[in-house]
Amino acid sequence: MILQVRNISRSFGGLKAVQDVSLSVREGSISALIGPNGAGKTTLFAILSGFIKPDGGSVLFKGKDITGMPPHRICRLGMTRTFQLVQPFAAQTVRENIAVGAHLGIASRKAALAKAEEVARQVGLEEQLHKPAIDLTIAGRKRLELARAIATEPRLLLLDEVLAGLNPQEINEMLPVIRGIRDAGVTVLMIEHVMQAVMSLSEHARVLNNGSLIAEGAPVDIASNPLVIEAYLGHGTAERLRKAMEAAGAA
Amino acid sequence: MRSLAAIGVFALLIALVPAMVDSGYLLNAIIMTLYAALLGQAWNILGGFGGLFSFGHAVFFGTGAYAMAVLQVNFGWNAWVALPAAMVLGGAVGGFIGALSFRYGLRGSYFALVTLAFAEVFRVLANTFQFTGAGVGLMVPLKESALNMQFGKTGFLYLILSFLIAAQLVAWWIRHSRFGAWLQAVRDNEESASALGVDVFRVKMLAIVMAGMLMACGGAFYVQYLHYIDPHLAFGASVSVQALMAAIVGGIGSVWGPLVGAAALQLLGELTRNLMGDAPGINLIVYGVVLVLMVNFMPRGIVGLATRWKR
Repeated sequence: MILQVRNISRSFGGLKAVQDVSLSVREGSISALIGPNGAGKTTLFAILSGFIKPDGGSVLFKGKDITGMPPHRICRLGMTRTFQLVQPFAAQTVRENIAVGAHLGIASRKAALAKAEEVARQVGLEEQLHKPAIDLTIAGRKRLELARAIATEPRLLLLDEVLAGLNPQEINEMLPVIRGIRDAGVTVLMIEHVMQAVMSLSEHARVLNNGSLIAEGAPVDIASNPLVIEAYLGHGTAERLRKAMEAAGAA
Repeated sequence: MRSLAAIGVFALLIALVPAMVDSGYLLNAIIMTLYAALLGQAWNILGGFGGLFSFGHAVFFGTGAYAMAVLQVNFGWNAWVALPAAMVLGGAVGGFIGALSFRYGLRGSYFALVTLAFAEVFRVLANTFQFTGAGVGLMVPLKESALNMQFGKTGFLYLILSFLIAAQLVAWWIRHSRFGAWLQAVRDNEESASALGVDVFRVKMLAIVMAGMLMACGGAFYVQYLHYIDPHLAFGASVSVQALMAAIVGGIGSVWGPLVGAAALQLLGELTRNLMGDAPGINLIVYGVVLVLMVNFMPRGIVGLATRWKR
């Protein structure tokens, strides 16, 4: 297990954003964290990556307790996150943006810029290397966010909705990229709303609702879990759906 | 490497000036331009590359100037020994202000206000203590000799030129190093930078210490060149404004911006003096108008305008 999360909780005033969440991530896997808006997914990511300190519980990365460590130290240990709201270094070119990530392991400016080109090819940004980051489309910025994170050569990559805001064609282009990252030996944990992507990419999914984990398992089983359906569609929906199906079957 | 060669060519050109220029007035104008460029570069390293706008760079300047004067006058130090000590003190003041501000994540106008407040506190202190000469200030006795770091105009031109070249090399290094990439990443987005493994606090600390040392170097030069310092000259707002004006007019975050800005402002100053005479404060009014126009219409400064034409 590359990542073990034990009984993590965090409240903001009276709001329990994350409650007693435990989960573990197997090395070399792609797994998903799903759940309705406001479920606490991004807060959980922020705790894992050190941006928010938990009220209780612990995070173990590669067997080491990293709870409460600052983000840059967690990144140096090999866990890198991306942001749901992409945050490029707007004034800098695509190449310079990616090089910042590459500099984590590379001191030489020249080598870091060369590494940036290599990573850009990996995510399909090689045509845009000289563009200022601010000139990229949304899809381009998502790729850039991914590229910068890969350039740090992480062992575990936390992807926060890298597919949100992309059209179906762009999503189809991104899927092999993410699979390629895993094939290169990087473990991927992703927050994702695009179910098609969760189904096709991940072998394991967890569902967060109101700050608590309510289900875990293979994506196919998750999708038919009544608790999960209710979390997304409201209380009683699963029952109504079942009845509707039965009625349809009887007719 | 072309940009490094440019610094060499510039050094060579200025070094040839005394052989061609005889006028003391012109030499003085060039010296003051290079000096303003040094202050501008000290501001640029923190404000331009690091995005940390300081309104109180005088605090470093005055620390360097007073250290230079006090160590020579009160303690009898040699100027060449006092110079590195002055720079170290300037860096230390930078480290102190940085530790306080960055620990609590101060940015933008809050950071600017803290630097302004520190400069003001130092001005009051210098006005109070006996060893700084209180309100009277300190006079460094004139003993012209290279051993005392006191020269004629030509010698001072070479002195300020070598200080400025050192500052240019620091800026060049920032533009072409990992540290510089991190500093600019912190400027553009702190959260992203720390997610990519950048130790934001440490990067900012290094930047403010370097800025403090270079600014103190400017203060030390001022004392050597003009032989006198008082609390207002050392810690007053005009030095802070002079430093940020050169950087902003020339183009922040660029290696040559402060020098270009300093030259433009020197020319502007000569022009206003010729057109409007020496009315007190007239230069400040012109500075204010120029600053408003620059920030509104040319945020990347003169250098930014030039690179836009090139494209």
